[in-house]
Amino acid sequence: MTLWIDIAALDDIPPRGARTIRTPEGCVAVFRTFDDRVFALDDRCPHKGGPLSDGIVHGHAVTCPLHAWVFDLETGLAQGADEGSVATYPARVDGGRVLIDAERLTRRRVA
Amino acid sequence: MTQRLVIIGAGMASGRMIEHLLDYAPDAWHITLFNAEPRGNYNRLMLSPVLSGEKTYEEIVTHDDAFYADRRIDCRFGESVTRIDREAKLVHSANGATPYDKLVIATGSAPFIIPVAGKDLAGVVSYRDLEDTNAMIAASRPGAKAVVIGGGLLGLEAAAGMAARGADVTVIHLMGHLMERQLDPAAGYLLQKDLERRGIRVHCKGATKAILGTDKVEAVLLEDGTVYGADLVCMAVGIRPETRLATDAHLEVNRGVVVDAQMTTSDPSIFALGECVEFDRQLFGLVAPLYDQAKVLAAVLNDGVAAFCPVQTATKLKVTGCDLFSAGDFADGPDREEIVFRDPSRGIYKRLVIEDDRLIGAVMYGDTADGNWFFQQIKDGTDISENRETLIFGPAFQGGVQSDPLAAVAALPPEAEICGCNGICKGQIVEAINGGATDLGKVRACTKASASCGTCTGLVEQVLALTLGDAFAKPAAQSICACTDLTHEEVRRLIKGQELKSMPAVMQELGWKTSCGCPTCRPALNFYLLADWPLDYQDDRQSRFVNERLHANIQKDGTFSVVPRMWGGVTNAAELRAIADAADKYDVPMVKVTGGQRIDLLGVKKEDLPSMWADLNAAGLVSGHAYSKGLRTVKTCVGSEFCRFGTQDSTGLGIKLEKRLWGSWTPHKVKLGVSGCPRNCAEATCKDVGIVCVDSGYQIGVGGAAGMDLKETERLVAVETEAEAIEITVAFVQLYRENGKYLDRPYKWLKKVGLDWVRDQVTDPEIRAALIERFDLSQRVYQKDPWAERAAPEEARRFHPVATLSQEAAE
Ligand code: SRM
Ligand SMILES: Cc1cc2nc3c(=O)[nH]c(=O)nc-3n(C[C@H](O)[C@H](O)[C@H](O)COP(=O)(O)OP(=O)(O)OC[C@H]3O[C@@H](n4cnc5c(N)ncnc54)[C@H](O)[C@@H]3O)c2cc1C
Ligand code: SF4
Ligand code: FES
Repeated sequence: MTLWIDIAALDDIPPRGARTIRTPEGCVAVFRTFDDRVFALDDRCPHKGGPLSDGIVHGHAVTCPLHAWVFDLETGLAQGADEGSVATYPARVDGGRVLIDAERLTRRRVA
Repeated sequence: MTQRLVIIGAGMASGRMIEHLLDYAPDAWHITLFNAEPRGNYNRLMLSPVLSGEKTYEEIVTHDDAFYADRRIDCRFGESVTRIDREAKLVHSANGATPYDKLVIATGSAPFIIPVAGKDLAGVVSYRDLEDTNAMIAASRPGAKAVVIGGGLLGLEAAAGMAARGADVTVIHLMGHLMERQLDPAAGYLLQKDLERRGIRVHCKGATKAILGTDKVEAVLLEDGTVYGADLVCMAVGIRPETRLATDAHLEVNRGVVVDAQMTTSDPSIFALGECVEFDRQLFGLVAPLYDQAKVLAAVLNDGVAAFCPVQTATKLKVTGCDLFSAGDFADGPDREEIVFRDPSRGIYKRLVIEDDRLIGAVMYGDTADGNWFFQQIKDGTDISENRETLIFGPAFQGGVQSDPLAAVAALPPEAEICGCNGICKGQIVEAINGGATDLGKVRACTKASASCGTCTGLVEQVLALTLGDAFAKPAAQSICACTDLTHEEVRRLIKGQELKSMPAVMQELGWKTSCGCPTCRPALNFYLLADWPLDYQDDRQSRFVNERLHANIQKDGTFSVVPRMWGGVTNAAELRAIADAADKYDVPMVKVTGGQRIDLLGVKKEDLPSMWADLNAAGLVSGHAYSKGLRTVKTCVGSEFCRFGTQDSTGLGIKLEKRLWGSWTPHKVKLGVSGCPRNCAEATCKDVGIVCVDSGYQIGVGGAAGMDLKETERLVAVETEAEAIEITVAFVQLYRENGKYLDRPYKWLKKVGLDWVRDQVTDPEIRAALIERFDLSQRVYQKDPWAERAAPEEARRFHPVATLSQEAAE
């Protein structure tokens, strides 16, 4: 089941930027790309824990601010020679609001 | 038996529905048609040609009196329906109640009005109907000032129409580029250029704060303080479905009146269509899907079988001379590939987005002839793997064309300046080549082009290649990144020569191969643009590395370090107390004296940054820019004020330099040192600019560093007075800002351009004065404490999570 909850207005997130959502299991980064799509990923780089929300967003990817690994926002997979992945959560924009699947967010605790 | 059909709204959707309905069954219905506007159906899309004067209202009427009379339609124009009584099956209007068997809601949408002060002043219109159009026509006297808020489809058509009538029009758009929902930034840039060419002023990233005026509009005030005079303001920021009647009647309404595929609302006797409906979570703002709905509803009312299934729609702008086309999903993504074609000389941009060998989106500007062909491929899901190489050239394409890396230089006019140092234009170089100067050395010898700082060498070579064709062998140079074939130096030169003042402008005119750049080119372009056009260009935070975006150094655990400026390394008890208080208040894990003569508060949480800055600001401390490609520290020694060997006031000079230079952005970081005598306690001889004071004055050295490479400074000049020492330093920094390659420290840049050239520049009184003037101009924009700006509540918000999910909320 999907439980969409409204977390913010799209305009709260700068284009080609990100904001975070605080959850009991750690922060989730919500990215807004140049074309106004949104993506939600754990805000923790699998390399050494860098906050991905502080990286540079380009196309549909983000470059980690600490050691420049690049992650695909859609799949959470590290690009190029690096190996690793970040958990992703369904997110979408509806009527200028950003919605995120809370069901998946809470379930990750168990997983 | 005839049934009574009542229709609320005589617009584009219901008009088409009536045509279909009566085609099926001319006598089955008795129709009552209400319309709030005092007229029947006209082609709303064509209001723009009416506004611009290309058509008259009479020419756009689709259903005239005869149409309604022939079909015995009871027309109630100028009469709004005020209430629906579902129990009694009645609609209420000013003239009483009208019964229905079936009811159709086709109320369209209402313009969205942003809730700013002054929105109700006379002279503020929206753009929806003939009244609005006539108001704009009346106000568009030559010379009158009009401001359009909203740079979407409607706003731009309004702007172009009023401009065509001679009004002085300004468009204010909230987002970074025009029509951002239909266009990517590259196409948005070209559109803006075309509009500006016809005299329309475009202000992007402009948020309206208030509309000013006493009894009618006089001006529009933006959040950034800009004021535009206005005799008329057209608000075209969006529309929202007109759902009030349905909501009051307790029909299911979400963003629009909810309907199923048969256009039936939650009441089986009531239907809805047009812009007021929501189907499958979608709203509709273009006529193509509304016409499909009209067909479906006509069939359903006649007991036919039909279902509405939304198809993709393409967008075009009805402004003569602005050819744009956008269809499908043009966002890029991991499984998607894009094909980009740019022709800077003709102002053409095309981008196709492909997924699984199928075309899924297209954006084009300048040449949209093939738009419909691409649109068809999108709708059909045609497999394009066979013709993908040539796809972008369209249906008429035969044979292969390669995109030309020389196109950008080829597009330059003969009078475009190539060599800035010597003022040599492309035409002069071509002339020299035609006159026998067939290699770089000869061109240099006879024109002086690229003979000074050398940054235009690549461009001169490209002119050689273009003029000589295969006869010229160009040495390979390294491009900035995979997004372009041009080098840093070439891009810098072209930004100046072609007056490119925005990132989309650079990417379009220089033929960038990606739609929005990458983390390598974006920070470099951002610096080049702000250094060359301090007044025109707006710094793009999202193109900066986190340290420069947040104005603090990120640490290995994601916390930040905070280094306040300590002018020339001098501090006092009050500042130290403020630092100590901040360390206590924010639980700072480590307070450390840096190698740059100041104090670092390490391990600060991101959320705490704005309030810590506010506290430090209150004690007079500002950002030390320990994170920037900009001025870092000016190290000093005690000098003549206290030291028994000091020859000059090195501390004082260091402070003056720091106060003059702080806040400026440079290609890489810049550090200064000022020592009071040759014992050099401030280590000035390994700084980017190092001044050693001597009895006779000041020895200025440049190009030192003590990082990965250890470099001793080289003597630039020796001067007698402190004022001259400051002037030379400022001029040197500006020369570096204007010519350096991004991420080259001064010593690397000096190796390329030569110390002699730099000395010639900064010692020539005229050139020096001009450099200083340009530096000071830039400082007027950039010498602001970024901490103070970000400690303001609106900005500080961005340092916090946008939401907090507690477990309960999520469960
Ligand atoms: C804080 C400090 C070390 C300290 O505790 O003393 C420091 C810390 C860092 N230095 Fe440094 N440098 C510090 C003085 C120096 C000095 C000494 C000086 O300025 O006199 C040097 C050698 C002089 C020079 O620059 O030539 C120095 C040469 C470097 C370099 C090599 C630069 C080069 O061109 O080779 C880097 C790497 C870079 O900038 O790309 C670097 C980069 C860094 C970074 C910013 C690494 C990074 O990108 O995150 C470190 C940030 C730590 C943090 O989280 O705050 N740091 N760094 C010093 C801050 C001075 C200040 O008050 O602003
Ligand atoms: C200037 C302009 C240019 C456009 N250009 C294009 C274009 O190029 N391409 C494109 O596809 N689309 C374009 N559109 C959009 C297009 O016109 C609309 O999508 C279309 O008109 C919507 O049709 P509709 O029947 O739902 O609503 P409308 O055509 O707006 O008709 C609704 C009618 O209902 C009436 N009404 C509302 N409430 C009541 C009430 N309570 N009682 C009685 N009557 C009521 C209104 O007065 C109105 O006349 C443009 C729109 C405008 C304004
Ligand atoms: S030398 Fe500079 S960059 Fe290296 S660990 Fe120390 S502070 Fe960090
Ligand atoms: S922590 Fe992200 S790249 Fe190292």
